[in-house]
Formats: sequence, C-alpha cells, structure tokens
Amino acid sequence: MRFIFKTRYEQDLLLAKHGGQVFWYGALLALTLAAPWLFSEYWLAQLTFVLIYGIAGLGLMLLAGFTGLFSLGHAAFLGVGAYTQAVLTNAGLSFPLALACAAGLSAAAGWVVGLPALRVKGIYLGMATLSFGFIVEEGFARWESVTGGNAGIHLKPPSMLGWTLTSGEGFYFLCLGLAVLATLGILNLLRSPTGRAFVAIRDSEISAQSMGIHLARYKTLSFALSAALAGVAGALYAHKLQFISPDQFNVLQSIDLLLMIVIGGVGSVHGAFLGAIFLISMPQVIALGKDYLPAVVGQAPGLQGLVYGVVVIIFVLFEPMGLYGRWLKIRTYLQMFPFYRKGMFKRQKSFQKSDRLK
Amino acid sequence: MQFLQLVISGIAQGCIYGLIALGFVLIYKGTETVSFAQGDLMMLGAFGGLAGLTFLGFPYWLAVLSAVAAMALFGVVLERLVIRPILGQPAFSIVMLTIGIGYVARGLITMIPDIGTDTHTLPVPYKDEIWSLAGLVLNVEQMVVIGATAVLCLLLFALFRYSKIGIAMQAVSQNQLAAYYMGIPVKRLNGLVWGLASAVAAIAGLLLAPITFVHANMGFIGLKAFPAAVVGGFGSLPGAIVGGLVIGIVEALAGFYLPDGFKDTAPYIAVLIMLMVRPNGLFGDQLRKKV
Repeated sequence: MRFIFKTRYEQDLLLAKHGGQVFWYGALLALTLAAPWLFSEYWLAQLTFVLIYGIAGLGLMLLAGFTGLFSLGHAAFLGVGAYTQAVLTNAGLSFPLALACAAGLSAAAGWVVGLPALRVKGIYLGMATLSFGFIVEEGFARWESVTGGNAGIHLKPPSMLGWTLTSGEGFYFLCLGLAVLATLGILNLLRSPTGRAFVAIRDSEISAQSMGIHLARYKTLSFALSAALAGVAGALYAHKLQFISPDQFNVLQSIDLLLMIVIGGVGSVHGAFLGAIFLISMPQVIALGKDYLPAVVGQAPGLQGLVYGVVVIIFVLFEPMGLYGRWLKIRTYLQMFPFYRKGMFKRQKSFQKSDRLK
Repeated sequence: MQFLQLVISGIAQGCIYGLIALGFVLIYKGTETVSFAQGDLMMLGAFGGLAGLTFLGFPYWLAVLSAVAAMALFGVVLERLVIRPILGQPAFSIVMLTIGIGYVARGLITMIPDIGTDTHTLPVPYKDEIWSLAGLVLNVEQMVVIGATAVLCLLLFALFRYSKIGIAMQAVSQNQLAAYYMGIPVKRLNGLVWGLASAVAAIAGLLLAPITFVHANMGFIGLKAFPAAVVGGFGSLPGAIVGGLVIGIVEALAGFYLPDGFKDTAPYIAVLIMLMVRPNGLFGDQLRKKV
C-alpha cells in the first residue's frame, strides 16, 4: 500500500500525485514519442487514429461522463469540424487557423444543441441530439456547392507558414501534441470550479442549482466544449483520411463514439483513450481471429457487429465502469494484497423510480 | 385528390412508425427504460414470419401467429437473461445494453448463410391488390396496416385501462419499490412488458414487410419511430400512434412538396420543433420534477 505524506501545500496542486504516476506517465509519453521509430507505418497510422478518437472521446466523456448529458449525435460535431477543416484548408488557410475555425464552429453548433438541454432531459435530450445528427448529416449530403455532396471532398495536407506536412510521422506528432494538450486541458478543467460544477450537475441537478450553479450556462458550456473537442478530432480525422463524405458521420459513428466511452469507462479520462484503443484494435483482432474460425462464422459479414454487441452487453452487465474500472479493481487487488475482499466493488441494489412522477 | 392520396400513404407509413413507437412506449411505461433494440426486434419478427411462410410452408395465419408468439417468448427470455440483472441501474446502461442487443440481432441475422444478406419479399395473400374508391387508389397492403394498427391500439388501451395486469404495469412504471410493497410481482411484470413489446414489434415487422422488403437492416426504421414516440409524448400509448401518424404524414407531404432531402429530415425537424414548443409531447404528462 502506498501512503502519500503531504509536506507542502503545493502537493495538492500537482497533477501527478506521486512518483509512481510520474514514472509511468513519463514512460507512456516516452513510448508514444518513440513510436514512429518502433512501429511500422501501418501501426503508426492506427495509433494516430487512436489519438484522434481519444480526443473525440475526451469531448464526449466531458459531456456524458462528467456532466451527465448523453449525446446520440456526436458524430455531427465531428462532421462539422471535418468539413470546416476541409473547406478552409482547400481555400488555402493555414492549419492552425483552420483548426481554430473548425473547433469554433463545432463549439457554436454544440452551444445551439445545448440550448434545448436545459428544457429536456434524459431520453428527450438523446432524441434532440439524434435528430440534430440526422439533420446535419443530410445537410452535408445536400449542400453540394460547399461539401461536394455524397461524392465527398478531398483535402490538401495541412500546411503552416509555407511548410507542408505530408509524412505520416509528422502528422502523428501533430495528433500526439493535440491529444496531450486536450488531456491536460480536460484534467485541469475538471479540478477547476467549472469542472466541479459539471460533476455537481451530473450527480444532482437540483442540489447543484441550490448551490448556486447556473444550470443553463454550465450545460451549454459543457456542450460547447465537448463539441469543440469533437471538432478538433474531426479536423484531424479529415486530414488523416484526406477524403470525407457524409456517411462517415452518420448515426452509427455516433453510436461507435458512445460505445467507445462506455467500454473505456464512463466518468474517467483514461476511459476515453482505453475506449479508443478498443475501438481501433477490435476490427484488427476480429480480422486476425477470422482465420481460426470455421468459414461459416469467420467469413460472415455480420461477425463484427455481433462481436461489438456481445462485448457491449458483457461490459454493461459485468463491468459498468468499463476497462478503466477493471484496471482499478486489479490495481486495488495488488495494492491491498492479500486483504482484497470480494464485495468491495459490489454494486448497490437500487430500485427504479419514475422520472415522470416524483 | 393527390393531397388525400399522399395523406393516406402517409397514414399507412405512420401506422408502422406508431406500432414501433408503441413498443418503445410500452417498455418505457412498464419499466421506465428506453429500448433501442425495438427496430431490430421488428426485423427479427419479419424474418420469423418469412421463415414460417417460405421455409416451413405454414399458411399465412399460422405463420403470423407463430412469429408473434415466438417473438413474445423471445422478449420474455431476453428480459430474463440480460435486462433483469441490471434492473434499477441508471437508464443509460440499459440504453447501451439495448444498442448492444440490436447489434447482436443484426449480426446474427446477417450470419445466416445466403439468407441473412439478401432482401426478401414476404408472400402475403393480399400482395399487390388495389382498391379503387371514388378516384382514390387504395393499396390493400396499406389498408391492412391501418386496420391492424387500430385493432391493436384498442386492445392495448383496454389492457392498460381495465385489466389488473395493465394497472399493475403502470404502478411498476411509477415506483418499483412501492409497487413491490403492494404485492405486485415486479420482475414477472417486467418480463411480460418485454414480451408484449416484442410481440408488437413482430406485428409491426409483419405489416411492414409487404410494403418494403425483409432484410437485416430494416430495423433502422426504428430510428424514425423515436421521433414518433417523442412527438406523442414518451409515456402515452395513444400518443405513440398519433405521433406516428404525424411523422408519417409530415414525411409524405414533405417528400412531395418540399425539395429533395427534406423527406428524410422532416421527421427530425418536426421532433426538434416539438421539443422546443412542448417538451413533453402532445399527450405527455405535464408534471414538474420536484425534490
């Protein structure tokens, strides 16, 4: 077991709580920095996708995991970011400016979607965001003069100050830098008064309100920040694929993003990245496992959906805190060895009450 | 005349949305959870009917009955196996769980060799028949949808209004613990609600199959039934049907009078307007949350 003795007040402000964390996160950073020389080009591309989805996951985690508002249309924000980036880059804008515009426009869209969040709750909010997602997707397909319609749109590589980024490694470092920035930003946000307000809203709107938290302001702020992160992720996604079309931002993408944070672990920053790793590596694992299965099962087109569904069901039933929750349990077991008790993480039995009549 | 024709086809399509929405509302009313698997249960029901009619060679009525019964049983088993263990957990867990169920159902159907990936027509006895009535051309398939929906609505209304089980279901939906103290078998009733919702989904699938086709992705129509449920008010059975009709008519008219692209988005625009104007829907309860 580890005991942290606090000898200075500044220790409370540190992001890394003890030497172990400094060591392991440092090792992780070193590994990701060395990745271009360690992994082949293909795996580096996959790692880039993990970082991109991780950024989008951070946004959704802020909204769903920390503010308790579930968005079923998050792919729309991804799409707004991607299309803004595509149009502005093709118009000759430099990368940072285009990225800022993509994030800003997504945030504006998020702010607009956040407005009904004050009036509607739970499933109604889900419906509002789902509807928004459908409308935006259709908008991408129909606004042909700007988005190129269903035929999609090609992107130029990112450029800045006359310096163009064409290599996969360079783009990987760009994504890594943005992912680290986003993570640090979220971590700092969560321990600021704003972040505390988000968590208070998640736990109980009524008590948050009575503590003087302006629900409307914080909910729309959460939506806007979440959408901005999704927009940044969308912009990077567009650059990575160099080609975007409306069907990349449909409702299935939104559900994938939700799956990602649920499997990663709702309510943890680690969960966003763990979920992204899961989401990117799952198709690879299935492709590898296909050859060992009988042809009837292995070559069937529905295999991937089936595996996804089964994994989600298993996680919701047995590990509601996701991959990060599982890691927490393992860590606690190791830290407390041999005093771990079986019931430590047991879920409390609860009975459901209607939201409609209270 | 054309307007009337459009409205009628909109009503028929709306009845399908309404029937799927009815499944959502049943589950929401009974267990206070939202099932995203409803569209996929409908797809399973349609495939069940297809299996009965073409592969087993049942007569039409027997195929329909067996498909509906099989789906009801499937719903009960599903509730017992995956929904019951997380009863009382946050609603979002159950939403994710039902999304997972939908994925599994679609995956399993597409994994059936040669059958799952194809589109099929359901050989119903009333296929391609047309009634002409005072200048209107009425598609019998659509008329059957409207008639069956009306009958089903009356039955469900009677169930919730007059039968002991229906009233017990409403009690469970409002407060599980209190209902349990009153001696209502909460778990068994939840199973029953899921069975009922699956049976309704199967009926919707069997009614929709002659109009479109039977294929693994037909469940995505369930995403249009959500607006129907919201417009009607999520907790109201007549609301689901009325909401379905509204969505169906809006869609049919928007497809004809508005430019391309509005047909598919009109339901969602309608639901957004509804959420802004009346967040509780047309028939929703006007109740405010108190501490």
